[in-house]
Amino acid sequence: MPSEAPTPPLIRLSGIVKAYPGCLANDRIDLSVAAGEIHALLGENGAGKSTLVKIMAGVVSPDAGEIRWQGAPVAIEGPAAARRLGIGMVFQHFTLFESLTVTENVALAAGTKGRDRKALAGRIAELAARYGLAVDANRHVHHLAVGERQRVEILRCLLEEPRLIVLDEPTSVLTPQEAEALFATLRMLAAEGRGILFISHKLDEVRALCQRATILRGGKRVGECDPRAESAASLARLMVGSDVTPARRGAPKAPGGEMLALAKLDLAPADPHGVPLHAIDLTVRAGEIVGIAGVAGNGQSELLAAVTGERLAPEHAVRIAGVPAGRRASSYRRKLGLAVIPEERLGRGAVAEMSLAENAVLTAADQGLVSGGMVQSRAAAAYAKAVIERFGVVARGAGAAADSLSGGNLQKFILGREMLQNPKLLVAAHPTWGVDVGAAAAIHRALLALREAGAAILIVSEDLDELLAISDRVAAICGGRLSPVVPAEEAGRERLGQWMSGLFGGGAEAHAA
Amino acid sequence: MRLRLEARTETARWLVVATPLLAAALTLASGIVMFAALGYDPAKALTSFFIKPIENVYGLTELAVKATPLLLCALGLAVGFRGGVWNIGAEGQLTMGAVAAGGLALAFHGEEPGWLMPAMVLAGALGGAAWAAIPAFLRARFNTNEILTSLMLTYVAVQFLGYLVHGPWRNPQGFNFPQSRDFGEAAIIPLLMEGTRLHLGVILAGLAVFAAWLLLDRSHLGFQIRVSGSAPRAAAYAGYPVSRIVWAGFLAGGAMAGLAGMMEAAGPIGKLQPLISPGYGFAAIIVAFLGRLNAFGILLASLLVALLYLGGETAQIDLKVPPAVTGVFQGLLLFFLLGSDFLTRYRVKLVRRAAAS
Repeated sequence: MPSEAPTPPLIRLSGIVKAYPGCLANDRIDLSVAAGEIHALLGENGAGKSTLVKIMAGVVSPDAGEIRWQGAPVAIEGPAAARRLGIGMVFQHFTLFESLTVTENVALAAGTKGRDRKALAGRIAELAARYGLAVDANRHVHHLAVGERQRVEILRCLLEEPRLIVLDEPTSVLTPQEAEALFATLRMLAAEGRGILFISHKLDEVRALCQRATILRGGKRVGECDPRAESAASLARLMVGSDVTPARRGAPKAPGGEMLALAKLDLAPADPHGVPLHAIDLTVRAGEIVGIAGVAGNGQSELLAAVTGERLAPEHAVRIAGVPAGRRASSYRRKLGLAVIPEERLGRGAVAEMSLAENAVLTAADQGLVSGGMVQSRAAAAYAKAVIERFGVVARGAGAAADSLSGGNLQKFILGREMLQNPKLLVAAHPTWGVDVGAAAAIHRALLALREAGAAILIVSEDLDELLAISDRVAAICGGRLSPVVPAEEAGRERLGQWMSGLFGGGAEAHAA
Repeated sequence: MRLRLEARTETARWLVVATPLLAAALTLASGIVMFAALGYDPAKALTSFFIKPIENVYGLTELAVKATPLLLCALGLAVGFRGGVWNIGAEGQLTMGAVAAGGLALAFHGEEPGWLMPAMVLAGALGGAAWAAIPAFLRARFNTNEILTSLMLTYVAVQFLGYLVHGPWRNPQGFNFPQSRDFGEAAIIPLLMEGTRLHLGVILAGLAVFAAWLLLDRSHLGFQIRVSGSAPRAAAYAGYPVSRIVWAGFLAGGAMAGLAGMMEAAGPIGKLQPLISPGYGFAAIIVAFLGRLNAFGILLASLLVALLYLGGETAQIDLKVPPAVTGVFQGLLLFFLLGSDFLTRYRVKLVRRAAAS
């Protein structure tokens, strides 16, 4: 067909529909990626990005719609079919075997090609050199840092010589410096004529890297644009559908009394792949927010567990409101004024199938919800209702099951349940993880209001922008060690990024500020 | 075309009522087919299964007598099961309850003090709880798998009872039969109705239903147990110690099973013998789940399973149906009941293969 003018795009999806019970994940979505293009797929959690990616990977089959690969209609029957076409995937969650070496991991995916280990190792080294993906092919994966593991995933994908590379939120586990290195690699791959689909909700990255962006909202495609020509605010508006005013913290107040003090806290990990804590010193005072940055798996969960009482530490290593509490149970610490917003909302912060009223009893039992050993269901419902009203939780009512709420609304409920107990010390893990932009702003405002009211707040997050926006002081954790704690104004993304990768000299004594 | 299962987002109330009815209808239908295929009159077979055992007062009292140990064991087990504590050893705990209470009865044989009956009730509950404390300790302290330990201890308990009635506790005037003396007057639970085997324990079992409902559905401890069972990480977050839930589950299960054992020994049996229970402790696991781990549901389930026991015996006597056939029929009913439960949570859909390419 000589008259067919320009080359067809690498992949063209048109009218893709995929429904799950009670939810239309993809509603007639069109998307095309051309060779040599870095294309962004933008959208909030639940917008339908992952479903669309799974359809391209052959993991999920669409209910309706057409997929064309280099102009020809295809049905992607499974992951192997996707690979044969030339679609390579790099997933957000690592799919490597911890106890195998890099070469062994790659060999497993390479099938028959992987039998000649020596040739394979040579090929890995060659690819690594060409694309600047420094990896030692003979090391075991469990020794590798997160950034290295991602490079292994990319190498494994490249070995298949894919024409289209799909990366699902690849920077969510990287420091800013590591992300830059990844972008350089991606630009090189695109320059060779491969298509790249980059999935993210980080607007600055998309603007720096991508030439085109397809934006999804609520399962629908709401627009396509050149992100380089847009501002972060205009992209956010497209994603969310309305203007978002970010929360800003007011001037720091004179810090009050010491509400949390960790002194030389050492803690062995609970499981073999955990991270031991080394001599952590940290204080959080009334009326301030202290933020701790770090790439996941660097001791955050151990640190939080030691503060909340899920792990026990030496009695004087943890003091809450001045009282030594290292060996005390969570219930005792709550009585001292501790409230906790855990990382996992369903299954830890709330019981999925229980109603909001019952979930209120989980941590607010002392607020008159239990008397004489019996649960006061009327008081529990009233408490849940108060949380729903005060914190703008969208729910059917106090009787709604926790898992009937969206992630953002459940997080608002958990936050409200903890805040209505007037805590003296609030510990929040990744408070806005996976929450849409609007709910995130509401959560930030609530945290800042609690700070105004004089509570001490400790936040652990992977989101640098969040930490820098609402914290008074920040630090980074890496390999179970804590960096110096400095005022947020003095920290800056660059320096925090270096600290996240462990570059902070001796220890907390070397106070940089 | 193919079948596809989809999780229901919400369970309609009518389904909760309709599925047991569907299960009953399916059981009757398959029962008719099965009995007809084996050459029995289906109408007669079903009548002797479901109607004959309870067509007179005596039958009804027998139903209550059979249901009592099932009910007690299942109520206790539900406390553990709700908390994810898998006590499979109610049969052994029942046996040890009977041993403890029976030991007391034999020790005061001939003296017949007035306090003997309450003391035996206490001894039964304590005996079962003590036996359950072993797997509870092992789980709470060493994180041992309680399914294995509680099950294995069942066989230890049964052998221990066998040793006692073959040896030290054997009736000296019993012509070497492996059984104890008959319990004295004060060690036999008073009958509620002359000419039947209906004893006071039935009333205690009724009270236990109410107590279990309060504990499971209304108390803070019951709430903690439920959270631990359905979301262990939420329990850790809220600060509910795992050991408390393990102990509560096992002690409740053991005490109730021990009580059931005491009532069997001091009720219908009236002595200790190698076999105190025809598997009540195991059947109670089914009863507990059939009743959806709810106290009142368990009451209904225990009556149904007791009826199946009685109906099976009646059918064997009346129609000379072999025990294997009654076993199959009992299994069918439970299969359909638990299977239809599935329909309240999933819907079955016929779908055509999508994307006609």
